[in-house]
Amino acid sequence: MTNLAIAANGLHKSYGDKVVLNGVDLAVPEGTIFSLLGPNGAGKTTAVKILSTLVSADPASGEIRVGGHDLASDPQAVRAAIGVTGQFSAVDGLITGEENMLLMADLHHLSKREGWRVAAELLERFDLTEAAKKPASTYSGGMKRRLDIAMTLVGNPRIIFLDEPTTGLDPRSRHNMWQIIRELVSDGVTVFLTTQYLEEADELADRIAVLNDGKIAAEGTAEELKRLIPGGHVRLRFTDPAAYQSAASELREAARDDESLALHIPSDGSQRELRSLLDWLEAAGVEADELTVHTPDLDDVFFTLTGSTVPAQRNQPTQPNQPKEDVR
Amino acid sequence: MSTPLAPTRPSRISLALRDSSTMLRRNLLHARRYPSMTLNLLLTPVMLLLLFVYIFGDVMSAGIGGGGADRSEYIAYIVPGLLLMTIGSTTIGTAVSVSNDMTEGIIARFRTMAIHRGSVLVGHVVGSVLQCVMSVVLVGAVGVAIGFRSTDATVLEWLAAFGLLVIFAMALTWVAVGMGLVSPNAEAASNNAMPMILLPLLSSAFIPVDTMPGWFQPIAEYQPFTPAIETLRGLLLGTEIGHNGWLAVVWCLGLAVLGYFWSTSKFNNDPK
Repeated sequence: MTNLAIAANGLHKSYGDKVVLNGVDLAVPEGTIFSLLGPNGAGKTTAVKILSTLVSADPASGEIRVGGHDLASDPQAVRAAIGVTGQFSAVDGLITGEENMLLMADLHHLSKREGWRVAAELLERFDLTEAAKKPASTYSGGMKRRLDIAMTLVGNPRIIFLDEPTTGLDPRSRHNMWQIIRELVSDGVTVFLTTQYLEEADELADRIAVLNDGKIAAEGTAEELKRLIPGGHVRLRFTDPAAYQSAASELREAARDDESLALHIPSDGSQRELRSLLDWLEAAGVEADELTVHTPDLDDVFFTLTGSTVPAQRNQPTQPNQPKEDVR
Repeated sequence: MSTPLAPTRPSRISLALRDSSTMLRRNLLHARRYPSMTLNLLLTPVMLLLLFVYIFGDVMSAGIGGGGADRSEYIAYIVPGLLLMTIGSTTIGTAVSVSNDMTEGIIARFRTMAIHRGSVLVGHVVGSVLQCVMSVVLVGAVGVAIGFRSTDATVLEWLAAFGLLVIFAMALTWVAVGMGLVSPNAEAASNNAMPMILLPLLSSAFIPVDTMPGWFQPIAEYQPFTPAIETLRGLLLGTEIGHNGWLAVVWCLGLAVLGYFWSTSKFNNDPK
């Protein structure tokens, strides 16, 4: 068994009457990217705050170990092993990017020379050399986030918490950030990532836990999670209502979507199944205007597990309409 | 890979000193980059000094020293009070900057780093005391420029006067840090710290306590500013200090200790 960078048992946290985390178990092996995925208000940030020693867990929680150290009894040892980049940039806006970096170097007790070297190196790596002498408050969102991560890396942490590192970034900066995160793990660092973007978790994470309402709704690799929900389907769309009606009476096992004149036929999307489906359509004399193959993705998993309503354009067949929740 | 700490694990004390001096450098950098607030806060005592000496001066002089006093005597009377008021006014800035700082993400970052916890506050306090000293020197220079002269103060008395200013600044600063920590934003911090500049107006800074209404005299006499002002006057001008000396020291130590425990307990609470 590999060593765990983060091991938490029964994480509980309430603020007054409001239960934010209700018994969350986490196990993150060293050198992997673990993603905590969930809608706003699911408790992701609270989990990061607890694991990074910022706030204390409720006494009802079990043992929590980060970097091999007990969170409750030796928080300073945990702090020495971790780096945190929060949702809201943790840079000092009043001073320059370079001064921010040197401040971190001083707080990690590097020598003056070492501090300058590390600062220059990281500023270069994150493409901030040009802006180094400008106050951080003048930086764009993407630059601030890069400076933020650069500052986190000064101490050479073994475990890095990234709380929604790409929220509010434009697509280009987001892809930059993904590249940065991948490079981190290639150095053997453990990354604990929270995100509300399924695509992001799918792209980056070795393991994903879906957090909903303070509980882990499901956990596994992206593939395992996708297997949790019923297989894919082929969607046939018609423009002519009459053609739709006759096809629907012909294909009895297809699920109907009368509003958009579409039929959903269960299928795993493999070439073999598609060929036999096409043959069958041919024989039945059904001609659809549009045929799309739909394999389950994390969105389906997410919406199924978190019980949110599906966005209208997705046309997922069966979805219990639970109380509406804001997903974005 | 190496551990984030230096190879030789430093002792707790040296760690605390090192982190505190790093935080101090950060605060001084802020003050140097954005001097406008410090300078604005200096304006109040300087304006009051000029107002009371040159506009109200004739009436005010007549009221002290049993009549017949001239303007230079009133300058001598008012300057020690204004030096301490300068400290009060500077610490309003401290409350505001602490409150601003706490809303910044960087403080959350500090809390997740293996640094000495108290260093964040110590950096603010030492930075603020240094600013107070600088401000006092500037206002003192204005006082000297308009004719303030210390009479027969010995070197020892000068040192004592300086020491008094420093411990007074430290006491008010710790209280101001606490005010900054409990204030949700800069405006609230500035309002909460108002007593720092209102109390000197209700002290013996501008007029002797025995010229105030009888019912008010005990309040004016025993609030923190008056004993400190009377002590400073005694040290610089040779007036009677009496029990004000130890009263001032007790106030300073009391406020410093109270402010320290208040601030550190607020800071150590979980952030919201």
